[in-house]
This record gives sequence, C-alpha cells and structure tokens, in this order.
Amino acid sequence: MSNGLQNERREQPNMRGEVVKQPLDKNELESILDRILEVEFTFRQTAEPAQRLAAMDRATQDYVLDWVGRVTSNHIELGYQYACYADKALHLLDREMVEAWALHAMDVYDRDGLRPALAVMHGLDDFLEDQHQRVSGSVLEEVNGVLSGFLHGLSGRRLKLEEGPHPYTDTEVLYLPPVMARLAGKHDNFLLYKSAIALLWAQTRYGTFRVLLDGALDPETASDELVALFHALETLRLEAHIARELPGLFRQMERLKAELEQPALSAPWRELRRRVQSPCTTAHDCLCLAEAHLGRIQPFPDRFYRAALKPVAVADCMAARLEREKARFKVSLKELEDEQREKQDREAKASRFEARLKRDDPEREAMEMEILLDGRPMKLPQFTNKLLNSILLDLGNLPEDYLEPAGPGDYDAKLLKDEEPDPEDVWSGTYHEEGAHLTDEWDFRRQHYRKGWCAVRERTLIPKDESFVRETLRKHSGVVKQLRKTFEALRDEDRLLRRQPDGEGIDFDALVEAISDAARGHEMTDRLFTRLHRSERNIAVAFLVDMSGSTKGWINEAEREALVLLCEALESLGDRYAIYGFSSFTRKRCELFPIKRFDERYSAEVKGRIAAVEPQDYTRMGFAIRRMDAILREVDARTRVLVTLSDGKPDDYDNYRGEFGIEDTRRALIEARRNGIHPYCITIDEQARDYLPHLYGPAAYTVVSEVRALPFKVSDIYRRLTT
Amino acid sequence: MTAQTLHLDEYLITEEPYYEPVGDEIAIFEAAYGNRLPVLLKGPTGCGKTRFMEYMAWRLRRPLITVSCHDDLTASDLVGRYLVRGGETLWIDGPLAQAVRAGAICYLDEIVEARKDTMVVIHPLADDRRVLPIEKLGELVRAAPEFGLTVSYNPGYQSVLKDLKQSTRQRFVALDFDYPSADLEAAIVQKEGGLDAEMAGKLVRFAEMTRNLKGSGLEEGASTRLLVHAGKLIASGIGPVSACHGAIAQALTDDPEMLAAVEELSSSLF
Ligand SMILES: Nc1ncnc2c1ncn2[C@@H]1O[C@H](COP(=O)(O)OP(=O)(O)OP(=O)(O)O)[C@@H](O)[C@H]1O
Ligand SMILES: [Mg+2]
Repeated sequence: MSNGLQNERREQPNMRGEVVKQPLDKNELESILDRILEVEFTFRQTAEPAQRLAAMDRATQDYVLDWVGRVTSNHIELGYQYACYADKALHLLDREMVEAWALHAMDVYDRDGLRPALAVMHGLDDFLEDQHQRVSGSVLEEVNGVLSGFLHGLSGRRLKLEEGPHPYTDTEVLYLPPVMARLAGKHDNFLLYKSAIALLWAQTRYGTFRVLLDGALDPETASDELVALFHALETLRLEAHIARELPGLFRQMERLKAELEQPALSAPWRELRRRVQSPCTTAHDCLCLAEAHLGRIQPFPDRFYRAALKPVAVADCMAARLEREKARFKVSLKELEDEQREKQDREAKASRFEARLKRDDPEREAMEMEILLDGRPMKLPQFTNKLLNSILLDLGNLPEDYLEPAGPGDYDAKLLKDEEPDPEDVWSGTYHEEGAHLTDEWDFRRQHYRKGWCAVRERTLIPKDESFVRETLRKHSGVVKQLRKTFEALRDEDRLLRRQPDGEGIDFDALVEAISDAARGHEMTDRLFTRLHRSERNIAVAFLVDMSGSTKGWINEAEREALVLLCEALESLGDRYAIYGFSSFTRKRCELFPIKRFDERYSAEVKGRIAAVEPQDYTRMGFAIRRMDAILREVDARTRVLVTLSDGKPDDYDNYRGEFGIEDTRRALIEARRNGIHPYCITIDEQARDYLPHLYGPAAYTVVSEVRALPFKVSDIYRRLTT
Repeated sequence: MTAQTLHLDEYLITEEPYYEPVGDEIAIFEAAYGNRLPVLLKGPTGCGKTRFMEYMAWRLRRPLITVSCHDDLTASDLVGRYLVRGGETLWIDGPLAQAVRAGAICYLDEIVEARKDTMVVIHPLADDRRVLPIEKLGELVRAAPEFGLTVSYNPGYQSVLKDLKQSTRQRFVALDFDYPSADLEAAIVQKEGGLDAEMAGKLVRFAEMTRNLKGSGLEEGASTRLLVHAGKLIASGIGPVSACHGAIAQALTDDPEMLAAVEELSSSLF
C-alpha cells in the first residue's frame, strides 16, 4: 500500500481498520513551512508556528498547511502571519470564519496593499486576545444579500453595504466589519449586524448630519470629545426612533445588549436620554446638549454597536450629493413643465411649482411631499421621486429655489449624468468601480474568487466598409445556399395551427361552425383540421469571438468570414442572436466589443463592424464568459446558448497563464451552466483536445480545420438543442 | 335562428360596493361615460381597478360584464358563435355583443393579454362609430346609448410584445391608478380586513418597505389586495409576522434571500 518507509511509519490502521495518518512532528512542519514561506531567502522564524501546529491532528495540519499555501500565493508575509495565528483562531472560531478572515485579508491586499492587509491579520489577533469562549460568527459576505434587502426596504435612498473596519456611514455607503463574532450564536451575530444597520440607517433617516449643513458642527474643527458626546446623544435619540418605528427589532436589540453585558446607563445619562427621547428632538438639540455637557460627562461605553461617527467623510459626501441632486432635480422639473405644456398646448405662460407636505405627522417626522404644478398635484417620474426623497432626507424640507426649473445648459454636464470615466483612469489611484463592470475572477491557488478583479468595459467598433461582406458572400456563394437549407430545416418548434385544410387533428370549433353553416345552407369550409407546426422557437444565442493578438492573419480573416456566413444563416432562422468580440490586456483592461446586440438588426452597420473585427491583445476568457452570461440572462428566452469561437487557450499578460486561466475559464463556464446557459466552444486550435474537454465536457466543443465548416458546426449545436 | 341573451339583471350590482376614491377618478369616469368615451385603467395589480368598476357600475346603475383576457381569448369569445343543438344551429352572443346590445358596461381586464384579432372588434366600438361588427351574422350592431367600454392594463409588465398599440391607446380616456396614499390605504385595509387602525397602519408601513424593494430584488411591492389578505388573517388571530409571511412575502417572491430580507423587515416592524 505504501510507497516508502516514511509513510509506513505514519500510516497505521485504527481500531476500525481505517488508515489514519499520523500527525507531522515539529521538525517536519518546520521544514514544510520553510519551503512554503521561502525561508531560505526571507529569514522568517517558523519554529514557533511549527511548534503550535505540531499539537494538531493530521487533518487539521493538512488543512492549515493548505491555507498557508493559498495565502502565501498573495504575499509571503501574509502567509506567515496566517501560519502564526491559525492555531489560536481555529481554537476559538469556526473554520468558516477563519477562512472568511483570511479571504478578507487577501481582498484587502488586492485592493489596498500589504499594510492594510496585515492590519486585518493583526486585527484577528486583537480580537482573539479578548475572546474566551468558542463562537459561531456571521460573515458579512454571506449575509450581505439579506442585509441589503433589509436596508433597501427601510430607506428611500439606495444605501450600499461594504466591508470596513467598524460600523459607520458616509451617508451613501454603510460600512460593516467583515465578520461579526461577539456573541456565541450565529443568528445573534447576524442580529448585531442588523442592529448596526438600523442605527446607521436611522442617522441618515432622522437627520443626524443636518448639523453639518448650517455650520452648527464644523467637521474640520470639532474636537473628538465633542463628536463623541454628540454621537452618544444621537444614539439615544435614534434608538427612541427605532423603538417607535421598528419595535420588533428594538426588542431584539434589548435582549442582545443584555447578553453583551452592556452596562446600564448611569443616572445622568438616563436623564439625558429622557431629554432626547421625544420624536420632536432634533440633531441640533443633541448638539446643543453635547456642547453644554462637554467636559462634564463622558460618553457612555458602547459595547453594542461599536459604531463611529465620521463628520469629515460625511460632509464631503453630502456636499457633492447636494449639488448634484439640486441640479438634477431642477432640470427634471423643467422637463416636466415642458411635457405638461406640450400636452395642454398652452401658451408659454409662466407656470409655478409648489411643494406640499403629504401629511403632517410630527410623530413619524413624515417627510413625504408632493409637487404641485399650478395648483395641481403632479405624478412624478420615478427618477424625480427618488431625487426628491433623497433631498428631503438631507435637508428635511425642500427649499424654494429647488422649485425653479432649470435647463440642462445651466449646469456642468458632469453634474447631470454619471459620466463614464476613461478606461485608463479606472485603476489609477483608488479602487473604484464607476463606469466599468467589475467581475470576479477565480484564483485556483487561493481556491476562492478575487472580488471585482476585472474591469470590463464595452468598446465600440468603428464600422468599416461592408464590401468585405459582399465579397465573402460571393466567394462562398455555394456554401451560403447549403447553409440556408441546413438552417431552414432547423426552423420551428411545436405550435398547434387551427383551421387547416389538412393535419393530424380535428378542429372541433371549426367543425361545429361548418356543420351549422351547412345546416343553414351556406358553403361548408374544408379547413377543419389542426396541425402541429414548429415555429416560435424560443432560443437566444450569443457568439463570443476571440479577438486576441494571436488571431492575426488568416485566423482573423477566417473568423470574419465565418461571422458573415453565420449571420446569413441565422437570419433565415429568425432566432435572436448576438455577437460580441473580446480581448484583454491585464485585468484592468478587459474589453468587450459589441458587434451585434440582441435587439439589433443585421444592418449595414453590423456588417461594417464584422469587417472591422481586428486582432487586439490577449485572451482573458473568464470575464468575457461572465459578461455574456449576464447579457444572456437579460434576454427573455427559454433556451440560452453561448458559443465561443477561439483559436487557443485562455491567456493574458499578467498571471492569467496556464492553469490559472484554464481554471478561471472553467469556473466561469460552471457558473454559466448553473444559470441555465448552454456553453459550446468551436475552435481551430489543434491542441484544444488537451484542455477543452476539461472546460466544456466532451460533447460541447468541436475543433474545425477550416472556416467554412464553422457555421455547419453551429447548426449541429442547434440541432442538438432542439431535438 | 334566435339570438339568445343572458339575463342581464344578474349583472346589476345592487349593493353599494365599498370604494374609497383616490383622486378625481369618479368624476372623470362619469364625464367620460356621459360623453360615450371609452376608458382605459392603468395601474399595478391589486390597486383597486376592479373594485372601482364595480362601484361605478353600481353608481351608474348599469349591469357590469367583466371579461378577463388571456392569451387564448379570440374575437369570437367576445362577439359570439354558432352552436349546434339537436341539428339546429343557434347563435349565442358573446359577452361583448350582449353588453353592446343591452347597454351594459363591459370591462375587459388585462386587455394586452388577448389575441391580436380581438382589437379588430374593439376598435370600431371605441371610436365615435360605436359599432360592433359581427362577421358571422353579417351584422353591424350599433351600441345602445348606455353602453360603456372600459379596458385595463398593467404597464408594469409591459414587454415589447405586450404593449398597447398607439392606435388602441389613443382611443381611450386614461385613468392612472396607483396604490392609495398611506392614510387612505390604511383606512381601506382597516375596513376590508377588519382590523384596528394601528395594525392597519403598520401593514401599510410594511407594504411601503416592500415597495422600496421594487427593482432591487422584487418585481413588485405588496399590493393593497395582499394587505387586505394579511389583515384578514390577523383579524382571525394569526400573528402579524406569520400573516405577513404567508399572505405577503410568499406571494411576492420565491427567492430565498429576498424572502429572508422581507422576513427581517416584518419581524422588525411588529
Ligand atoms: N380604493 C379602494 N377602495 C376600496 N377597496 C380597495 C381600494 N383599492 C383597493 N382596494 C382593495 O384591494 C383589493 C384589490 O383590488 P382590485 O381587485 O380592484 O385590484 P385590481 O386593480 O383589479 O387588480 P388586478 O389588476 O390584479 O385585477 C380589493 O378587493 C379591495 O379590498
Ligand atoms: Mg382586477
């Protein structure tokens, strides 16, 4: 059974006769760690972690070593730190949580670099320091969907949830720690997340930050003590709102506070709470109280939310939003006015907008307003309504000057539209996602996704002269005819046609009518049958064309010809289809070139784009498949097919080589299949048989040796799908 | 050949249906009806369109004939057809023909669902000709003066295929329905569900939360109808969280994550 002495010593049958691997000893562990962590060059001390690992069973040792390897694939220092903390962490936390922590550190490393990632690692250490009992935590990434749903249900403004060091909000994003593990039970930890969300939501909902608008609190000069006191008072005021609005949640919060042994408020704080509890208390009142008590009372210790208030971050975010939303609101009023004028054919007489509270209910600080035009309530478009709600959240009312319509010319276009940043800018400076679709990418060494790793953009192909298309059709006229026939035979899906002159069933409605016609002496129709007709096939097919540099020359020419033939054939089918090209140059520049979108006709423009397909850079396949997956899922069809036309292996300039690229592509295809998409690959790479079965399965790829065969292969795919 | 008509009396609504006016829809409908103009009701599901029609029919003292359109509904289903009975043929008026002859109000619910050929018979009825061509009989039936035509459609579901053509929509006076304002909706839920004001108000709050989720996970928020359902469950002793789960959350989505989120909202609220 065993292949060497070493193993013989290690593997001994247990009582049930199963072979159990013996734990590795300290020296063995040390040398393995030395190898993984390249100690030869980096001089790290592995004796200590090896010592601790030696006490574990073999399965756990293997597990930890595997993870040390994964983390080290990002950075050796991170891997080393992981090795140092692993034993303690596994003692107090579920594996799931330890993994979440390690992955979070790796994500931070991807995004912000080594130092912040190490801070996450050390954060784990701090956390473990004051942890005594084993806990089962809640991991943000897992519960993000449910929590976001909860948050969006609460609020009018679309707030986002993201990972951050501790709970706080800048009024557009709510930051929460990646892992919540302060109570023993998983659900209770989930409720801690939920409570923190409710508090931060309440800050935006009940006007905490309005003190920044009129200078009552200057974010730059306010002392930390004042901010902390204000924050404490606000927390009490907002809790009173939560108790009124969300009593069910408030009950849960009270229970959790007891579990966390949140100390009861001292007498002076109880008195302060009494003073801020009324629904009519404002953030300004709390600020006044804070100023009055500054230096005379300490904020009560918050063991519950551990939230922070960051006036500077909020002020920046709010200022930009106020300017933007004011411009957009006024412009949209102008549009409304114009529309109304057109409808009623009125003279260009001046019209007047007014705002009115929908209901006056100080209890709930009801901030719903309706907009009137010349005294009549207007139904606002959704976009305008959202703006109005967001403005009301910030200001608490709608100032007069917001009601004066303004033309788009009055503002900088940047204010009115979220502009698409230049592809080149996206990755410079900070990590941000505007304008690009960020897709995840599978890192097989890490055995996990790298989040938002690829910046995908759509680029336009400038159409070229379509003479290429004419030329191709002439050159392959024989093939075109044959193709049409092949595809026409494919047309159709079951449908029952009524009132047919012949067919396999009887149309009783028609028969009854015919008999009654006959009885009245009218001529009797012979259209009395039903026939099964195959039409209205419900397929959507997307073609993904490799535009990498390696297609340069005859392959590219062949691809373009094949596309022409393919379109010609598909047009006769009447099915929906789309064609996209793709190419990449590192993860920062992943490009998709729409050649024909689903809702586009096979027009001269499309033909021109086919002619313009040119070799670009590399073949990062995963992002392209993921984007096509998303595009296909937006199409309403029963059967969705993705056909990739390529000339070789996935490959890119950065790490996307060999196994990395293949595994990511494989993963993307698994995702697509899970989403109900049928992926196929047609390739001219003779070596493809080495890796394509691994990616597509044996039945879903073909290697063609000449272009003309390609459309026929597509017809094979169709046939397989429809019969 | 005898035309057989149903007893239209059965379609008369004798008791006043409970209806809370939302805006000036009653006045507009009356004016349209008085001027023999057809009416188009737009609005999301369960916001009171059917109830409104019942109320207007009662108010105008006309029988109300409702046809729910579906994708197999043909022109003959509306106009009528021949039947054979004991070797004799017999013409049966369809619901639309009956309403046209008798001067009833005909309400075609979800008109976009019907087959395209039904429009052919609706168009001449919906402009100032006010006639219904019955091809099989070779007859052109002139509508009785009291005849009224109303159709409804839900713009929320519109797909390219199922949008109303301009030539159709431009024949109608449009009434735009939406969920009633919070106070009004609470009053409706209170009355229809048999609840106290506080619980009704909370149900409406919950509905608003689900409506906030429209477009980010939910296709639609909770309709007034669903609130009434939940209200009825609560009134018969079911706990509010369970009632919202059964009558509202499960009706809105099957997605486990969204269900969980909606559940978190209701457990926070009650
Ligand atoms: N204005 C209202 N006055 C009284 N009841 C109302 C009102 N609006 C809604 N309702 C209540 O909501 C329920 C659903 O309304 P209704 O059946 O009329 O909806 P609908 O708009 O016809 O929906 P659908 O488009 O799905 O047919 C009614 O049974 C009633 O209980
Ligand atoms: Mg209805």
